[in-house]
Amino acid sequence: MKRNVAIVGGGQTYHRARRHDVDQAEMVNEAVRAALKDAGMTMDEMDMVVLGNMEFFEGTHMTDCWLVHATGAYGRQGLKITTGGTVGATVVCAGAHLVASGLCDRVLCIGFEKQEEGDTGAILSGVANPLWGRSMAGAAVGYFAMMGSSYMAAWGAKEEHSAMVAVKARQNARKNKYAHLKLDITVEDVLNSRMLAWPIRMLDMCPASNGACAVILADDKTAKDRCRKPVWIRAMETAHNEQFELDWRDVKTKRPIFSKVCAGRIYGRLGVSDPKTYFDVFEIYEPATWAELVWYEDLGLCGPGEGFRLIEEGKTNIDGPIPVNPSGGVLSTNCIGASAMLRVWEAALQIRGDAGGHQVPKEVRRALTTAYGGTNWTVMIALSGALDD
Amino acid sequence: MDDLNQYQPFEVDQHLTAHGNYWAGRAGSRFYRALRDRRRILGSPCRNCRKVFWPPRSICTFCFSELREMVEIGPLGTVETFTLVTYAEPVHPRPAPFIYAVIRLDGADTGMAHFLDEVEYERVHVGMRVRPVFAPQRKGNILDILYFKPL
Repeated sequence: MKRNVAIVGGGQTYHRARRHDVDQAEMVNEAVRAALKDAGMTMDEMDMVVLGNMEFFEGTHMTDCWLVHATGAYGRQGLKITTGGTVGATVVCAGAHLVASGLCDRVLCIGFEKQEEGDTGAILSGVANPLWGRSMAGAAVGYFAMMGSSYMAAWGAKEEHSAMVAVKARQNARKNKYAHLKLDITVEDVLNSRMLAWPIRMLDMCPASNGACAVILADDKTAKDRCRKPVWIRAMETAHNEQFELDWRDVKTKRPIFSKVCAGRIYGRLGVSDPKTYFDVFEIYEPATWAELVWYEDLGLCGPGEGFRLIEEGKTNIDGPIPVNPSGGVLSTNCIGASAMLRVWEAALQIRGDAGGHQVPKEVRRALTTAYGGTNWTVMIALSGALDD
Repeated sequence: MDDLNQYQPFEVDQHLTAHGNYWAGRAGSRFYRALRDRRRILGSPCRNCRKVFWPPRSICTFCFSELREMVEIGPLGTVETFTLVTYAEPVHPRPAPFIYAVIRLDGADTGMAHFLDEVEYERVHVGMRVRPVFAPQRKGNILDILYFKPL
Protein backbone atom coordinates (compact mmCIF):
# COMPACT_ATOMS: atom_id res chain seq x y z
CA MET A 1 0.00 0.00 0.00
CA LYS A 2 1.20 3.50 -0.80
CA ARG A 3 0.24 4.74 2.66
CA ASN A 4 -0.52 2.82 5.82
CA VAL A 5 -4.16 2.56 6.83
CA ALA A 6 -5.37 2.20 10.41
CA ILE A 7 -8.71 1.46 12.01
CA VAL A 8 -8.88 4.31 14.55
CA GLY A 9 -12.37 3.69 15.83
CA GLY A 10 -15.55 1.76 15.39
CA GLY A 11 -18.89 0.88 16.83
CA GLN A 12 -21.95 -1.25 16.41
CA THR A 13 -25.58 -1.41 17.42
CA TYR A 14 -27.11 -4.15 19.51
CA HIS A 15 -28.27 -6.69 16.95
CA ARG A 16 -31.84 -7.91 17.18
CA ALA A 17 -34.58 -9.65 15.22
CA ARG A 18 -36.81 -6.65 15.93
CA ARG A 19 -35.91 -2.97 16.13
CA HIS A 20 -39.34 -1.38 16.28
CA ASP A 21 -38.00 1.54 18.31
CA VAL A 22 -35.97 3.09 15.48
CA ASP A 23 -36.27 3.72 11.77
CA GLN A 24 -33.43 2.83 9.41
CA ALA A 25 -31.84 6.27 9.74
CA GLU A 26 -31.87 6.19 13.53
CA MET A 27 -30.42 2.68 13.59
CA VAL A 28 -27.56 3.60 11.25
CA ASN A 29 -26.94 6.75 13.26
CA GLU A 30 -26.45 4.70 16.44
CA ALA A 31 -23.46 2.92 14.88
CA VAL A 32 -22.04 6.14 13.40
CA ARG A 33 -22.18 7.93 16.76
CA ALA A 34 -20.65 4.92 18.50
CA ALA A 35 -17.75 4.90 16.02
CA LEU A 36 -17.13 8.66 16.31
CA LYS A 37 -17.22 8.39 20.09
CA ASP A 38 -14.80 5.47 20.08
CA ALA A 39 -12.41 7.39 17.82
CA GLY A 40 -12.84 10.65 19.74
CA MET A 41 -13.63 12.42 16.48
CA THR A 42 -16.42 14.53 15.05
CA MET A 43 -18.30 14.20 11.80
CA ASP A 44 -16.59 17.35 10.51
CA GLU A 45 -13.26 15.51 10.59
CA MET A 46 -14.44 12.86 8.11
CA ASP A 47 -13.25 13.43 4.53
CA MET A 48 -15.60 10.88 3.06
CA VAL A 49 -18.44 8.52 3.93
CA VAL A 50 -18.66 5.06 2.34
CA LEU A 51 -22.01 3.37 2.95
CA GLY A 52 -23.05 -0.19 2.17
CA ASN A 53 -26.11 -2.38 2.44
CA MET A 54 -27.67 -5.10 0.33
CA GLU A 55 -30.01 -3.14 -1.92
CA PHE A 56 -33.69 -3.72 -1.15
CA PHE A 57 -33.12 -6.25 1.67
CA GLU A 58 -35.00 -3.75 3.82
CA GLY A 59 -37.28 -2.58 1.04
CA THR A 60 -35.33 0.57 0.26
CA HIS A 61 -33.07 1.76 -2.53
CA MET A 62 -30.56 4.61 -2.77
CA THR A 63 -29.96 4.66 0.96
CA ASP A 64 -26.88 6.80 0.33
CA CYS A 65 -29.28 9.59 -0.65
CA TRP A 66 -32.02 9.50 1.91
CA LEU A 67 -29.86 8.49 4.90
CA VAL A 68 -27.44 11.42 4.50
CA HIS A 69 -28.52 13.04 7.76
CA ALA A 70 -27.95 9.78 9.63
CA THR A 71 -24.65 8.81 8.00
CA GLY A 72 -23.31 12.36 8.23
CA ALA A 73 -22.68 12.31 4.48
CA TYR A 74 -24.61 15.51 3.75
CA GLY A 75 -22.41 17.74 1.57
CA ARG A 76 -19.42 15.40 1.94
CA GLN A 77 -17.75 13.09 -0.54
CA GLY A 78 -19.49 9.75 -0.52
CA LEU A 79 -19.70 6.33 -2.12
CA LYS A 80 -22.33 3.61 -1.96
CA ILE A 81 -21.39 -0.06 -2.26
CA THR A 82 -23.45 -3.23 -2.66
CA THR A 83 -21.73 -6.61 -3.03
CA GLY A 84 -24.06 -9.07 -1.28
CA GLY A 85 -22.76 -10.68 1.91
CA THR A 86 -19.38 -9.06 1.45
CA VAL A 87 -20.78 -5.50 1.51
CA GLY A 88 -19.28 -4.50 4.83
CA ALA A 89 -15.81 -5.81 3.96
CA THR A 90 -15.94 -4.26 0.49
CA VAL A 91 -16.81 -0.94 2.12
CA VAL A 92 -13.71 -1.27 4.32
CA CYS A 93 -11.62 -2.15 1.24
CA ALA A 94 -12.91 0.91 -0.60
CA GLY A 95 -12.23 3.10 2.44
CA ALA A 96 -8.73 1.64 2.75
CA HIS A 97 -8.08 2.34 -0.95
CA LEU A 98 -9.08 5.96 -0.39
CA VAL A 99 -6.69 6.38 2.54
CA ALA A 100 -3.86 4.29 1.07
CA SER A 101 -3.95 6.28 -2.16
CA GLY A 102 -3.82 9.60 -0.34
CA LEU A 103 -7.22 10.76 -1.60
CA CYS A 104 -8.52 10.91 1.98
CA ASP A 105 -7.02 11.04 5.47
CA ARG A 106 -10.12 9.95 7.36
CA VAL A 107 -12.95 7.82 6.00
CA LEU A 108 -16.13 6.78 7.76
CA CYS A 109 -17.22 3.28 6.66
CA ILE A 110 -20.77 2.12 7.41
CA GLY A 111 -22.62 -1.14 6.82
CA PHE A 112 -26.19 -1.86 7.88
CA GLU A 113 -29.28 -3.93 7.29
CA LYS A 114 -32.76 -3.76 8.80
CA GLN A 115 -33.77 -7.15 7.55
CA GLU A 116 -37.16 -7.35 9.22
CA GLU A 117 -38.46 -4.65 6.87
CA GLY A 118 -37.78 -6.33 3.54
CA ASP A 119 -38.29 -9.49 1.57
CA THR A 120 -34.82 -10.99 1.45
CA GLY A 121 -35.97 -14.25 -0.17
CA ALA A 122 -37.56 -12.37 -3.07
CA ILE A 123 -34.57 -10.10 -3.51
CA LEU A 124 -32.17 -13.07 -3.39
CA SER A 125 -34.06 -14.58 -6.32
CA GLY A 126 -33.01 -11.46 -8.19
CA VAL A 127 -29.40 -12.27 -7.33
CA ALA A 128 -29.74 -15.60 -9.14
CA ASN A 129 -28.81 -15.77 -12.80
CA PRO A 130 -31.94 -14.62 -14.68
CA LEU A 131 -31.68 -17.30 -17.36
CA TRP A 132 -30.67 -20.37 -15.39
CA GLY A 133 -31.17 -19.72 -11.71
CA ARG A 134 -34.10 -17.46 -10.99
CA SER A 135 -36.91 -19.92 -11.62
CA MET A 136 -35.19 -22.37 -9.26
CA ALA A 137 -34.08 -19.83 -6.65
CA GLY A 138 -34.84 -20.54 -3.02
CA ALA A 139 -32.73 -18.14 -0.97
CA ALA A 140 -29.52 -19.17 0.78
CA VAL A 141 -30.31 -22.41 2.60
CA GLY A 142 -30.11 -24.66 -0.47
CA TYR A 143 -26.58 -23.62 -1.34
CA PHE A 144 -25.28 -24.58 2.08
CA ALA A 145 -27.34 -27.76 2.15
CA MET A 146 -25.59 -28.92 -1.03
CA MET A 147 -22.25 -27.92 0.48
CA GLY A 148 -23.02 -29.96 3.60
CA SER A 149 -24.15 -33.12 1.83
CA SER A 150 -21.16 -32.97 -0.49
CA TYR A 151 -18.82 -32.41 2.46
CA MET A 152 -20.17 -35.42 4.36
CA ALA A 153 -19.99 -37.67 1.30
CA ALA A 154 -16.45 -36.58 0.50
CA TRP A 155 -14.84 -36.69 3.93
CA GLY A 156 -17.03 -38.82 6.17
CA ALA A 157 -18.08 -36.00 8.46
CA LYS A 158 -21.35 -36.38 10.36
CA GLU A 159 -24.21 -34.01 11.06
CA GLU A 160 -22.89 -33.83 14.62
CA HIS A 161 -19.87 -31.94 13.31
CA SER A 162 -21.93 -29.13 11.85
CA ALA A 163 -23.95 -29.11 15.07
CA MET A 164 -20.69 -28.54 17.00
CA VAL A 165 -20.11 -25.41 14.91
CA ALA A 166 -23.64 -24.21 15.72
CA VAL A 167 -23.02 -24.72 19.45
CA LYS A 168 -19.62 -22.98 19.40
CA ALA A 169 -21.09 -19.95 17.63
CA ARG A 170 -24.05 -19.46 19.94
CA GLN A 171 -22.06 -20.16 23.12
CA ASN A 172 -19.53 -17.52 21.98
CA ALA A 173 -22.42 -15.15 21.20
CA ARG A 174 -23.51 -15.44 24.83
CA LYS A 175 -20.24 -13.74 25.76
CA ASN A 176 -20.83 -10.89 23.25
CA LYS A 177 -23.27 -8.25 24.48
CA TYR A 178 -24.05 -7.06 20.95
CA ALA A 179 -24.79 -10.50 19.42
CA HIS A 180 -28.27 -11.51 18.29
CA LEU A 181 -28.65 -15.27 18.93
CA LYS A 182 -27.27 -15.90 22.40
CA LEU A 183 -28.39 -19.48 22.79
CA ASP A 184 -27.36 -21.87 25.52
CA ILE A 185 -27.61 -24.92 23.27
CA THR A 186 -26.09 -28.36 22.91
CA VAL A 187 -25.34 -30.61 19.94
CA GLU A 188 -28.58 -32.48 20.70
CA ASP A 189 -30.55 -29.22 20.53
CA VAL A 190 -29.13 -28.52 17.09
CA LEU A 191 -29.87 -32.02 15.82
CA ASN A 192 -33.41 -31.75 17.19
CA SER A 193 -34.08 -28.39 15.58
CA ARG A 194 -36.36 -28.22 12.54
CA MET A 195 -34.96 -29.60 9.28
CA LEU A 196 -34.94 -26.95 6.56
CA ALA A 197 -33.13 -28.68 3.69
CA TRP A 198 -31.08 -31.75 4.56
CA PRO A 199 -28.61 -31.57 6.23
CA ILE A 200 -29.31 -27.95 7.19
CA ARG A 201 -31.47 -27.50 10.27
CA MET A 202 -32.80 -24.30 11.77
CA LEU A 203 -29.84 -23.98 14.17
CA ASP A 204 -27.37 -24.59 11.32
CA MET A 205 -28.36 -21.25 9.78
CA CYS A 206 -27.72 -17.61 10.61
CA PRO A 207 -30.60 -15.42 11.79
CA ALA A 208 -32.02 -12.43 9.91
CA SER A 209 -30.80 -9.55 12.06
CA ASN A 210 -31.25 -5.81 12.23
CA GLY A 211 -28.11 -3.86 12.95
CA ALA A 212 -25.35 -1.55 11.82
CA CYS A 213 -21.59 -1.27 12.17
CA ALA A 214 -19.25 1.65 11.45
CA VAL A 215 -15.47 1.92 11.42
CA ILE A 216 -13.22 4.92 10.89
CA LEU A 217 -10.10 4.48 8.78
CA ALA A 218 -7.22 6.93 8.89
CA ASP A 219 -3.74 7.60 7.62
CA ASP A 220 -0.49 7.18 9.57
CA LYS A 221 -0.40 10.72 10.90
CA THR A 222 -3.98 10.79 12.14
CA ALA A 223 -3.57 7.35 13.68
CA LYS A 224 -0.37 8.30 15.51
CA ASP A 225 -1.62 11.73 16.65
CA ARG A 226 -5.14 10.77 17.61
CA CYS A 227 -5.45 7.07 18.35
CA ARG A 228 -4.19 5.23 21.39
CA LYS A 229 -4.65 1.76 19.88
CA PRO A 230 -4.66 1.88 16.09
CA VAL A 231 -5.19 -1.42 14.30
CA TRP A 232 -3.44 -1.60 10.94
CA ILE A 233 -4.84 -3.01 7.73
CA ARG A 234 -1.87 -5.00 6.48
CA ALA A 235 -3.32 -6.60 3.37
CA MET A 236 -6.59 -6.97 1.48
CA GLU A 237 -7.58 -9.39 -1.23
CA THR A 238 -10.71 -10.01 -3.26
CA ALA A 239 -11.64 -12.75 -5.73
CA HIS A 240 -14.71 -13.61 -7.74
CA ASN A 241 -16.16 -16.98 -8.64
CA GLU A 242 -19.04 -17.78 -10.91
CA GLN A 243 -22.45 -18.21 -9.45
CA PHE A 244 -23.68 -21.35 -7.76
CA GLU A 245 -25.90 -22.55 -10.59
CA LEU A 246 -22.97 -22.45 -12.95
CA ASP A 247 -20.20 -23.48 -10.58
CA TRP A 248 -21.42 -25.18 -7.45
CA ARG A 249 -19.06 -25.77 -4.57
CA ASP A 250 -17.72 -29.32 -4.90
CA VAL A 251 -15.55 -29.65 -1.79
CA LYS A 252 -13.16 -32.05 -3.52
CA THR A 253 -12.63 -29.97 -6.61
CA LYS A 254 -9.08 -29.51 -7.80
CA ARG A 255 -9.96 -26.27 -9.60
CA PRO A 256 -9.02 -22.96 -8.01
CA ILE A 257 -11.79 -21.95 -5.62
CA PHE A 258 -12.47 -18.30 -4.85
CA SER A 259 -11.73 -18.53 -1.16
CA LYS A 260 -8.55 -20.61 -1.62
CA VAL A 261 -7.25 -18.31 -4.34
CA CYS A 262 -7.97 -15.28 -2.19
CA ALA A 263 -6.24 -16.84 0.82
CA GLY A 264 -3.24 -17.82 -1.28
CA ARG A 265 -2.85 -14.27 -2.52
CA ILE A 266 -3.16 -12.60 0.88
CA TYR A 267 -0.72 -15.09 2.44
CA GLY A 268 1.66 -14.37 -0.41
CA ARG A 269 1.52 -10.64 0.26
CA LEU A 270 2.26 -11.14 3.95
CA GLY A 271 4.73 -14.01 3.59
CA VAL A 272 2.53 -16.37 5.59
CA SER A 273 3.53 -20.03 5.47
CA ASP A 274 1.44 -21.36 8.36
CA PRO A 275 -1.74 -19.28 8.77
CA LYS A 276 -2.88 -21.05 11.95
CA THR A 277 0.21 -19.89 13.81
CA TYR A 278 0.71 -16.58 11.96
CA PHE A 279 -2.76 -15.30 12.87
CA ASP A 280 -3.92 -15.27 16.48
CA VAL A 281 -7.64 -15.06 15.73
CA PHE A 282 -9.98 -15.48 12.76
CA GLU A 283 -13.30 -13.77 12.13
CA ILE A 284 -14.81 -15.57 9.16
CA TYR A 285 -18.06 -15.34 7.24
CA GLU A 286 -20.14 -18.43 8.03
CA PRO A 287 -23.86 -17.96 7.32
CA ALA A 288 -24.23 -21.75 7.80
CA THR A 289 -22.34 -24.27 9.92
CA TRP A 290 -20.91 -26.25 7.00
CA ALA A 291 -19.41 -23.09 5.56
CA GLU A 292 -17.19 -22.77 8.62
CA LEU A 293 -15.74 -26.27 8.14
CA VAL A 294 -15.05 -25.54 4.48
CA TRP A 295 -13.43 -22.21 5.43
CA TYR A 296 -11.00 -24.02 7.78
CA GLU A 297 -9.77 -26.01 4.79
CA ASP A 298 -9.83 -23.18 2.25
CA LEU A 299 -7.83 -21.01 4.66
CA GLY A 300 -5.28 -23.78 5.15
CA LEU A 301 -5.89 -24.11 8.90
CA CYS A 302 -5.87 -27.85 8.21
CA GLY A 303 -5.63 -30.15 5.22
CA PRO A 304 -8.51 -30.96 2.85
CA GLY A 305 -11.11 -33.11 4.60
CA GLU A 306 -9.76 -32.29 8.07
CA GLY A 307 -11.97 -29.31 8.91
CA PHE A 308 -14.46 -31.36 10.90
CA ARG A 309 -11.61 -32.72 13.02
CA LEU A 310 -10.69 -29.19 14.10
CA ILE A 311 -14.15 -28.55 15.52
CA GLU A 312 -14.29 -32.06 17.00
CA GLU A 313 -11.02 -31.45 18.87
CA GLY A 314 -12.10 -27.97 20.02
CA LYS A 315 -9.15 -26.36 18.24
CA THR A 316 -11.22 -23.38 17.06
CA ASN A 317 -12.89 -22.67 20.40
CA ILE A 318 -12.47 -19.24 21.95
CA ASP A 319 -9.76 -20.67 24.23
CA GLY A 320 -8.36 -23.05 21.62
CA PRO A 321 -5.12 -22.66 19.68
CA ILE A 322 -6.94 -21.34 16.54
CA PRO A 323 -9.86 -19.25 17.79
CA VAL A 324 -12.46 -18.77 15.04
CA ASN A 325 -15.33 -16.32 15.50
CA PRO A 326 -15.12 -15.60 19.22
CA SER A 327 -17.83 -12.97 18.57
CA GLY A 328 -20.36 -15.67 17.67
CA GLY A 329 -19.93 -14.88 14.00
CA VAL A 330 -22.51 -14.62 11.26
CA LEU A 331 -24.26 -17.72 12.64
CA SER A 332 -25.24 -15.61 15.63
CA THR A 333 -25.70 -12.19 13.99
CA ASN A 334 -26.43 -11.55 10.33
CA CYS A 335 -27.41 -8.01 9.49
CA ILE A 336 -26.14 -8.57 5.95
CA GLY A 337 -24.63 -5.19 5.04
CA ALA A 338 -22.99 -4.97 8.47
CA SER A 339 -21.94 -8.63 8.83
CA ALA A 340 -18.68 -8.52 6.90
CA MET A 341 -17.71 -5.23 8.54
CA LEU A 342 -18.44 -6.79 11.93
CA ARG A 343 -15.80 -9.41 11.13
CA VAL A 344 -13.24 -6.64 10.64
CA TRP A 345 -14.38 -4.61 13.65
CA GLU A 346 -14.50 -7.67 15.91
CA ALA A 347 -11.00 -8.65 14.80
CA ALA A 348 -9.82 -5.09 15.53
CA LEU A 349 -11.38 -5.26 19.00
CA GLN A 350 -9.51 -8.53 19.64
CA ILE A 351 -6.19 -6.89 18.68
CA ARG A 352 -6.97 -3.86 20.87
CA GLY A 353 -7.89 -6.19 23.72
CA ASP A 354 -11.29 -4.50 23.89
CA ALA A 355 -13.58 -7.40 22.97
CA GLY A 356 -14.81 -7.67 26.56
CA GLY A 357 -16.53 -10.94 27.43
CA HIS A 358 -15.44 -12.64 24.22
CA GLN A 359 -11.81 -11.50 24.25
CA VAL A 360 -9.69 -14.55 23.42
CA PRO A 361 -7.50 -15.53 26.39
CA LYS A 362 -4.12 -15.03 24.73
CA GLU A 363 -2.09 -12.25 23.14
CA VAL A 364 -3.65 -11.15 19.86
CA ARG A 365 -1.22 -9.48 17.46
CA ARG A 366 -2.66 -10.47 14.11
CA ALA A 367 -6.09 -11.35 12.78
CA LEU A 368 -7.60 -12.50 9.51
CA THR A 369 -11.15 -11.71 8.41
CA THR A 370 -13.11 -13.16 5.54
CA ALA A 371 -16.40 -12.56 3.78
CA TYR A 372 -18.33 -13.95 0.92
CA GLY A 373 -21.48 -12.94 -0.81
CA GLY A 374 -24.31 -14.41 -2.84
CA THR A 375 -22.39 -13.96 -6.03
CA ASN A 376 -19.33 -15.68 -4.56
CA TRP A 377 -17.39 -12.48 -4.22
CA THR A 378 -14.73 -13.12 -1.57
CA VAL A 379 -13.04 -10.40 0.46
CA MET A 380 -10.24 -10.94 2.99
CA ILE A 381 -8.59 -8.39 5.24
CA ALA A 382 -5.54 -9.00 7.45
CA LEU A 383 -4.99 -6.81 10.52
CA SER A 384 -2.19 -6.31 13.01
CA GLY A 385 -1.58 -4.23 16.10
CA ALA A 386 1.91 -3.13 15.06
CA LEU A 387 3.10 -1.97 11.66
CA ASP A 388 6.40 -3.81 11.96
CA ASP A 389 4.77 -7.10 12.90
CA MET B 1 -25.58 -26.90 -41.69
CA ASP B 2 -26.85 -24.17 -39.36
CA ASP B 3 -25.55 -20.69 -39.99
CA LEU B 4 -23.64 -20.02 -36.74
CA ASN B 5 -24.24 -16.29 -37.02
CA GLN B 6 -28.04 -16.60 -37.26
CA TYR B 7 -30.38 -16.88 -34.30
CA GLN B 8 -33.77 -15.60 -33.23
CA PRO B 9 -33.47 -13.46 -30.05
CA PHE B 10 -35.30 -15.19 -27.21
CA GLU B 11 -36.90 -13.57 -24.17
CA VAL B 12 -37.32 -15.29 -20.78
CA ASP B 13 -40.20 -13.82 -18.79
CA GLN B 14 -39.24 -12.54 -15.30
CA HIS B 15 -41.40 -11.64 -12.33
CA LEU B 16 -40.42 -10.44 -8.88
CA THR B 17 -42.80 -9.73 -6.01
CA ALA B 18 -41.37 -8.31 -2.80
CA HIS B 19 -43.15 -7.24 0.35
CA GLY B 20 -41.95 -4.72 2.90
CA ASN B 21 -42.83 -2.70 5.96
CA TYR B 22 -41.22 0.24 7.71
CA TRP B 23 -40.99 1.18 11.38
CA ALA B 24 -41.32 4.93 11.72
CA GLY B 25 -38.75 5.48 14.46
CA ARG B 26 -38.55 8.13 17.16
CA ALA B 27 -39.59 11.15 15.12
CA GLY B 28 -41.84 9.33 12.65
CA SER B 29 -43.81 7.48 15.36
CA ARG B 30 -44.59 10.70 17.20
CA PHE B 31 -45.49 12.43 13.94
CA TYR B 32 -47.95 9.78 12.80
CA ARG B 33 -49.61 9.37 16.19
CA ALA B 34 -50.16 13.13 16.41
CA LEU B 35 -51.52 13.24 12.86
CA ARG B 36 -53.79 10.23 13.24
CA ASP B 37 -55.07 10.84 16.77
CA ARG B 38 -55.08 14.65 17.03
CA ARG B 39 -54.84 16.00 13.47
CA ARG B 40 -51.70 17.84 14.51
CA ILE B 41 -48.65 18.20 12.28
CA LEU B 42 -45.25 18.03 14.00
CA GLY B 43 -41.86 19.26 12.86
CA SER B 44 -38.37 18.81 14.32
CA PRO B 45 -36.56 21.96 15.42
CA CYS B 46 -32.77 22.17 15.44
CA ARG B 47 -31.93 24.84 18.01
CA ASN B 48 -28.34 24.95 16.77
CA CYS B 49 -29.24 25.69 13.13
CA ARG B 50 -32.48 27.55 13.91
CA LYS B 51 -34.31 25.34 11.42
CA VAL B 52 -37.54 23.37 11.73
CA PHE B 53 -37.71 20.25 9.57
CA TRP B 54 -40.84 18.94 7.89
CA PRO B 55 -40.99 16.01 7.51
CA PRO B 56 -39.54 15.56 11.01
CA ARG B 57 -36.29 13.72 11.69
CA SER B 58 -34.07 12.63 14.58
CA ILE B 59 -30.79 13.99 13.27
CA CYS B 60 -30.10 17.46 11.88
CA THR B 61 -28.96 17.20 8.27
CA PHE B 62 -26.84 20.33 8.59
CA CYS B 63 -25.07 20.06 11.96
CA PHE B 64 -25.51 16.34 12.84
CA SER B 65 -27.16 17.20 16.21
CA GLU B 66 -29.56 14.68 17.70
CA LEU B 67 -33.07 16.13 17.60
CA ARG B 68 -35.36 15.02 20.43
CA GLU B 69 -37.84 17.88 20.56
CA MET B 70 -40.89 18.23 18.33
CA VAL B 71 -43.08 21.29 17.73
CA GLU B 72 -46.45 21.77 16.13
CA ILE B 73 -46.28 23.39 12.71
CA GLY B 74 -48.93 24.56 10.20
CA PRO B 75 -51.63 23.66 9.54
CA LEU B 76 -51.53 26.59 7.10
CA GLY B 77 -48.77 26.67 4.52
CA THR B 78 -47.43 28.20 1.34
CA VAL B 79 -46.93 26.71 -2.12
CA GLU B 80 -43.22 26.76 -2.98
CA THR B 81 -43.47 25.07 -6.40
CA PHE B 82 -46.06 23.03 -8.28
CA THR B 83 -46.91 21.06 -11.40
CA LEU B 84 -49.93 19.60 -13.16
CA VAL B 85 -49.47 15.88 -13.85
CA THR B 86 -51.23 15.02 -17.12
CA TYR B 87 -49.79 11.60 -17.98
CA ALA B 88 -50.68 8.25 -16.44
CA GLU B 89 -48.26 5.74 -14.87
CA PRO B 90 -49.15 2.57 -12.96
CA VAL B 91 -47.09 3.83 -10.02
CA HIS B 92 -48.96 7.15 -9.73
CA PRO B 93 -51.04 7.46 -6.58
CA ARG B 94 -53.95 8.93 -8.56
CA PRO B 95 -55.25 9.01 -12.11
CA ALA B 96 -54.14 12.10 -14.04
CA PRO B 97 -54.74 14.98 -14.10
CA PHE B 98 -53.73 16.13 -10.60
CA ILE B 99 -51.68 18.91 -9.09
CA TYR B 100 -48.51 18.22 -7.06
CA ALA B 101 -47.18 21.08 -4.94
CA VAL B 102 -44.28 21.47 -2.53
CA ILE B 103 -45.81 23.04 0.55
CA ARG B 104 -43.90 24.73 3.34
CA LEU B 105 -46.00 24.76 6.49
CA ASP B 106 -45.98 27.85 8.68
CA GLY B 107 -43.26 27.41 11.28
CA ALA B 108 -41.20 24.99 9.12
CA ASP B 109 -38.12 25.75 7.04
CA THR B 110 -38.47 22.86 4.60
CA GLY B 111 -41.29 21.91 2.25
CA MET B 112 -42.80 18.57 1.29
CA ALA B 113 -44.70 17.42 -1.80
CA HIS B 114 -48.43 16.79 -1.50
CA PHE B 115 -51.61 17.06 -3.56
CA LEU B 116 -53.33 20.37 -4.19
CA ASP B 117 -57.09 20.06 -4.90
CA GLU B 118 -60.25 22.15 -5.01
CA VAL B 119 -58.53 24.73 -7.17
CA GLU B 120 -58.38 25.64 -10.87
CA TYR B 121 -54.87 24.93 -12.11
CA GLU B 122 -54.70 28.41 -13.68
CA ARG B 123 -55.13 29.98 -10.24
CA VAL B 124 -52.22 28.09 -8.62
CA HIS B 125 -49.11 30.19 -8.04
CA VAL B 126 -45.91 30.12 -5.99
CA GLY B 127 -46.70 31.80 -2.71
CA MET B 128 -50.33 30.66 -2.69
CA ARG B 129 -51.64 30.13 0.84
CA VAL B 130 -53.12 26.69 1.51
CA ARG B 131 -54.55 24.55 4.28
CA PRO B 132 -54.73 20.77 4.75
CA VAL B 133 -57.86 18.65 4.45
CA PHE B 134 -57.62 15.68 6.84
CA ALA B 135 -59.08 12.25 6.11
CA PRO B 136 -62.12 11.50 8.29
CA GLN B 137 -60.72 8.01 9.07
CA ARG B 138 -57.00 8.41 9.61
CA LYS B 139 -54.69 5.39 9.52
CA GLY B 140 -51.25 6.82 10.24
CA ASN B 141 -50.13 7.50 6.68
CA ILE B 142 -49.09 10.70 4.92
CA LEU B 143 -52.44 10.48 3.10
CA ASP B 144 -54.13 11.15 6.45
CA ILE B 145 -53.72 14.60 4.96
CA LEU B 146 -55.93 13.94 1.91
CA TYR B 147 -54.71 17.07 0.13
CA PHE B 148 -54.17 20.79 0.54
CA LYS B 149 -56.54 23.45 -0.78
CA PRO B 150 -56.43 27.22 -1.05
CA LEU B 151 -57.54 29.32 1.93
